[in-house]
This record gives sequence, structure tokens and C-alpha cells, in this order.
Amino acid sequence: MNQPSTEHTRVDHVAEDADPALSLTAGPTLLESTSAPRANAAKVRCDACPVLCHISEGRTGACDRWGNVDGLLTRVDPLVLSRHPSPDGEESVFLTGVGAGTTYPDYKPAPFIVASRHEAVDIVTVVTEGIFSYCSFKVKIDTDRYLGPEQGNIRYHGEVVGHVTTAEYGSQMLSIGGVHHLTGGSKKEGRQTCELMAALGNKQAVELMIDGGSALTVQSGAAPVVNGVPESRMRVGCGSATIGIFAKQWQGLVDEVVVVDDHITGVLTEHQAGKYLGIRASGIELIGRRSTPGRYFKVANPGTGWGGTDITDPASIIAGFDAAVTWPGLTLLMVSTTGEHAEYFVLDDQLVPRVAPMPAEVRLAVERIAENCEPALCTVLFVGGAGGSLRAGVTESPVRLTQAIKDGAVNVTCGGAPVYVWPGGGITVMVDVARMPDRSFGTVPTPAIVAPIEFTMSVADFEALGGHMDSVQPLTDVLAREESRLKRVDSANPWPLGRHRRLE
Amino acid sequence: MSALSGGAVCGRLGPDRWHFQHGPIDLIIDVEAEGDAGARAIAECWQQFQGVLPRLVDELPELRRPLRTRPAPRRPMALRGPVAQRMLQACAPFADERFITPMAAVAGAVADELIAAFRRPGVTRACINNGGDIALLLSPATSYRVGICSQLDGDGARAGEDGTLDVPLASMFTVHEDTPVRGIATSGWRGRSFSLGIADSVTVLADNAAAADAAATLIANAVNCEHPGIVRVPADQLKDDTDLGALPVTVEVPPLPATAIAAALASGGAEALRWRDRGLIYAAAIFLQGRVELVLPPAAVAPATLDTAAA
Repeated sequence: MNQPSTEHTRVDHVAEDADPALSLTAGPTLLESTSAPRANAAKVRCDACPVLCHISEGRTGACDRWGNVDGLLTRVDPLVLSRHPSPDGEESVFLTGVGAGTTYPDYKPAPFIVASRHEAVDIVTVVTEGIFSYCSFKVKIDTDRYLGPEQGNIRYHGEVVGHVTTAEYGSQMLSIGGVHHLTGGSKKEGRQTCELMAALGNKQAVELMIDGGSALTVQSGAAPVVNGVPESRMRVGCGSATIGIFAKQWQGLVDEVVVVDDHITGVLTEHQAGKYLGIRASGIELIGRRSTPGRYFKVANPGTGWGGTDITDPASIIAGFDAAVTWPGLTLLMVSTTGEHAEYFVLDDQLVPRVAPMPAEVRLAVERIAENCEPALCTVLFVGGAGGSLRAGVTESPVRLTQAIKDGAVNVTCGGAPVYVWPGGGITVMVDVARMPDRSFGTVPTPAIVAPIEFTMSVADFEALGGHMDSVQPLTDVLAREESRLKRVDSANPWPLGRHRRLE
Repeated sequence: MSALSGGAVCGRLGPDRWHFQHGPIDLIIDVEAEGDAGARAIAECWQQFQGVLPRLVDELPELRRPLRTRPAPRRPMALRGPVAQRMLQACAPFADERFITPMAAVAGAVADELIAAFRRPGVTRACINNGGDIALLLSPATSYRVGICSQLDGDGARAGEDGTLDVPLASMFTVHEDTPVRGIATSGWRGRSFSLGIADSVTVLADNAAAADAAATLIANAVNCEHPGIVRVPADQLKDDTDLGALPVTVEVPPLPATAIAAALASGGAEALRWRDRGLIYAAAIFLQGRVELVLPPAAVAPATLDTAAA
């Protein structure tokens, strides 16, 4: 796969492209704490039942329902209420599907169909936990480090659980899970996929290996760890974009700037930005393939060195200087797209670049790059198809629920978090797991993923779409009955009620 | 009910199906009856249920003491509660030869104690499932068909290292009114209780649920072998107040080579045979990584239909 790529696409790195001398798979990264649990840490006394267990931190009592979490007696299988400041200024609670359970067979009404009021309108929320076979996680990893070839297999405990998908700007993308890994492969593949998906959804750190690529640690809301190296910043842009952004600020500080990047390495004086400012050509020649003036592809192999390449010595990508153009004493800054790596050179009399102390104003320019980079994060979106039998827990006419969602008459949330409903057929929802309550996801041995889902609409619409009216119960009744296992969590999500279109 | 009132909870799951829960006790009760006999039985059962846990808790320190005959105990075990006495009675026959505490039979004994409420005219059959330890009540000419999943997490059988078997194993048997079985219990390291062994599950049929519970615990402990991948942790590092103290309990079993599976099954099978030949159990089915070891009732006993097969 060494055919030339267009300027618009990132070079498609496949395993054959990788330098055979350079091992890209450094082995799994072990991040788990190995320290022993504290002995004799304070116990909590549970008085939820007559057994009166004394429970050490991190353990559960005889019932496995109550446990000591950070010194507090905590229900480990709670029914989660999300607590929102409501529009009228008072605190409101929304019953989420987390801990709601599900009903079987499917045609039975969902576990909780609750009635409440919002701005004088009677609202119904159908609360359940869906069992999803058709579901996956899309993971965005803010890094330019080489993770693996596009379409490359992603493994968890040796089993294939997903693949590397199309990269986005400044980020590598993974597609993880899905029905073919859950139920289409061996049992072991299904189990590992299920375990991994639940962990990812529950915002835990997971370790992945990419065939022909890197070892990764991924956790929603945390920085990615690539081959044991935590990523701190996203690049400010590709090498060419970095020049486009900072060319004017660099003018006069230094004679030449090379921005090292795995995608496009930029050369200030040759780049359109430098030319436009009338900066004098330096005569620098880089290895790699020149795309357009001042923009070079493939100056090195992908890796975890400078700017997502395998470069550790930046001067190694300099082929030489054109003696007819350059001059002794020329100053050269080489910098990565995150400002993480930078080196300052001065050309000696033989026109060889020599490392020199970086002047303070050049150091400031490097820091400017760094401070314009955003923190590198892993973000994890859950994608699930709710268009199947779980609709029967809402209505006897499932397609009407689908239509009502498409019409905007029903607001769909997952654990109280807003979802994007993919247009077209079915109810394919996408939600950021970071906005969902902790421990929202579970598994069943099918194997499949269990995730909370709530459908909110006006009572009139619920009735019109054939909803299970007999099963509607006031929220206050549910709260009273379930008091012993309610857990209230503060939510920054928009208040889920009143977001549906009013059908007048 | 406030979060900490400690009350027992009663829920109706269907016309003939109930859920009672109190602290660590979780019962699923099925009853088939004529007229209002079922409702009366459930009412009486509920009445008794609410007293079960407090009475057990009263004697908990004693119930957690190892039962042993040699060396002679400091003092004989003195237990008053009816459930506690059932536990003691079920475990005592094993105490000469095995480490056991009455807690090995707690779940079965609770089921046995409460099934008595259904022994009344009009009740055709009833069963109380206490987390996998089941007490049955059968009137003449009735039976229960019982299915076993081969792993407690319902995951089906795993292939051994040689990969020869990768299908779910399930067993089905029928307990008739004249079968000398009123208790069924299942134990294994994947269950809620700790196990010293590596069995995915051991299901035992016996006279009553307490006896089945104690025997299943011991047989599951005996399904064992040495393999470097098996992870064992002292019980008291996992749970406070466990009756197992620092005994190493199984927390992880990797896929095992066929020889190790065979050895562990043989060890468990010998243990089951030992108790069967003493008349303490009726039959047992032992599951480990896609293999099953059956210990069937001796031919002299009226045979139950035990159609165990790889399904």
C-alpha cells in the first residue's frame, strides 16, 4: 500500500509500511494499582437489615446490595434519580433507567411508566433498561500518535473487539463492539467484547492492542495512554496549519521554522504563509516527499516521537542546505505541532545545523503553540438501536413510538443524558457516556449490553400512540416505594421534561 | 419504608409467583393451589418469613463456628431457632470428615423451613428458590421438571483447551412425588457464596434443601486441581465476617487443559459418591468447562427421570 495519497487524506499506514526494526507494539500497559488494600480501614456498620454487617472499605455486606464505598454506606444496585435545577428554580428529579431493570417478555409494560407534571402539562416517562445486541462505542482519541492502520483489528485480552476507523481532525477514531463481535464470533470473543463494552461505558480504563499498531489505554474523559506514554495535548493543527497560524508571530524571531508532523511537516520560508510575509528563503532541504511548497509528507515513520512520527533527533529529517541560498549563522527552530518537542539550531560555517541554547523569545513562541493546544482526551459515545422489541414495553404499536420520536413528540434520554437520534429508520441513538450516571451499563450473558433508556412525552401523546395507560403511576408513588434503593445524582444535563414537541 | 428500617420486602411477580427479600435472603416462591389455599399459604409463609432473619442473626456467631467432632469441641453447638437446627442437622453428618460450619446449609434450611407453610389441603405443588437452593412440595401424582444451566452465570459451557466442545450444556430431570427428593441445591465459585473448588457448578438432589445445600458446598469444594492460572484469595480478604476465615477461595479459573478438568471432575465425583453411598444425597451433577460428571442414584432406589444430555 505505497501508492501516493492525495493531499486530503492522511497516509494510510498499514503494517507492511512499518519499519520492521522498530517494534510498534510495546506490549500491554499495566496501570492498575498493585498496592494492597489498606488493612483495618474504617468499617461502616450497615443497619439496612438485622444482620448489621460491619463492612470494610471496598467490600459489600452479606446481601451484596449494600457496600462501603469510600467510607459511606452505599447501595450497590441503586435506582438512579438525576437531580436537576428545574426551569422554575426548584430542584427536580428525573427517574433514569439506571437500575430500573427490564421486563420479560417484551410486551409487558416497562418497569416504570411514571407520570409527572411540567409547566401544567401531564407528562409520562417510560423508564427501562434496554438489552442491546446491536450497539457499539465510537471512541475519539485526541492524538496524532500512530495507533494503528485504518481498518486494523483492535484486541482486548487477545480477542478482536473492534477496528480502527476513519481518522478525524487531530483525533484517531475507534469503533468498538457491535453485534458481530458480541454474538457473531466465538464465545470468548463475545464475552471479552461484552466485558470491554461495559467497562468503556462505565468510564473505566481499558487496555487495547491494535494489530500492527500501538498498545492503548482508553478511558472516557481521560487522556489516552499510547505505548505507556500518556498524551497531554492535541496538536494545534497539522504542520502546515501550525505555520499558517503562527507565521506572523515567528517573523523576525528566527530565520526558519520546521514544524514536524506525521501528517504534513511544514517549512516556514517555503510555505505560502512565509512567502506572503516576504520571509527570506533558507535553502533547507528535507527528506520526505514534497506535496506543495513548504509542505512535506512522510518525513519519517509514524511513531510516538516528535509530532506523531518516530523521530527522536529532529536534525535527522534535514537532507541539507542549499549553499547558494543559505548562510552561516542562520537560526532554525524545529518544533512539533503540540510544542511538546522543540530544538533550536544555528548553522555553523560548514552550513551544518548545531544545537544552540534557545533564546527566551523563541521559547515563548514554542509555549504559545503549547498553550493553544487543547488537552488530549478520550471521548466515548454509545450507539444503540432501541428500535426493536423494547418498544413493546412502551406501546402496543411499536412503529408509532418510532414515528413519534422522529416527529419530535418523544424526547429520548439515556440515564437522563440527551441523545442524538440518527435520522432514517429505527431508533438508533448516540450518547456521550460521560454525561450518563456512573455505572450506567451492565451486561447479560447473551452476551449483550444493558443500558438505561427513557422516553418522555405528554400523557395525551402517550395515549395516542397506544401506550400502556394502565401502568402509569405517579412519580411520587414510585419514589416512596423504591426509597430504600434510590440514589440521587446531580446532573448537568438539560431537564429532560418539556423537550418534546407539543402536539396541539 | 425508610432506607434503613430493615424491613422485609414482599413483591408479587405474577399470579402464582412471589418475591420475598430480607437482607441477604432472596426467595422466589411458586405455588399452585385450588381456591384460596395458595393465598392462605403465602400469607402464612410471609408471616413466618419476617421472623427468619432476626432469629438467625441472634445465633449468627454460633452458626459461623466450625462443626467438628475431632478434636472434641470446647462445647457442643447449642442452637435454638428452627432454621438454625435444620442447618446443624444438615451439616452434622459431614463434620467428622470435613471442615464445615452450619452456614453451609443456611439457604437450603430457610427454604425448607418456609415450604412447610404450603403443606395444606388445596396446594398442588410449591417451590421456594432461595438463590439456587430450592425446596419442593409435591402432592400425589405431581412432579417438577428441573433444568440446570451448566454455569451459574448462564454463559454455557466453555471449550477446554483442546477446543473440542463449545456448546451449552444443560440437564433436565424430573422429580416425581415418589422420588425421594425435596431439595435441590447448586454451588460453585461463580455463585454468591465462596467456594474452595473450581467447579462451574455442582447441583445436588437430596431429601431436603438443607442437606442438598451442605453437600453441594462440599462437593464443589472437592472439584479441584492444581493449576498456576487458578487465582485463590483468603476469604476474609474479600468479605468481612465470613465463616471461612483465611481459607483460600477461588476467584478466577482460566481455561484448563483436559487432564486438569478430568482430574478435578474425578475428585468431585468421588466426593459425591461418598455422600451418596452414605445415603446423604440422591444424585449430583458436576459441571466444569464443558464437561459434566454425573453421580446417579444407586439402582436400588426408585429411579428419577434423569435425562442429562448435552443439549
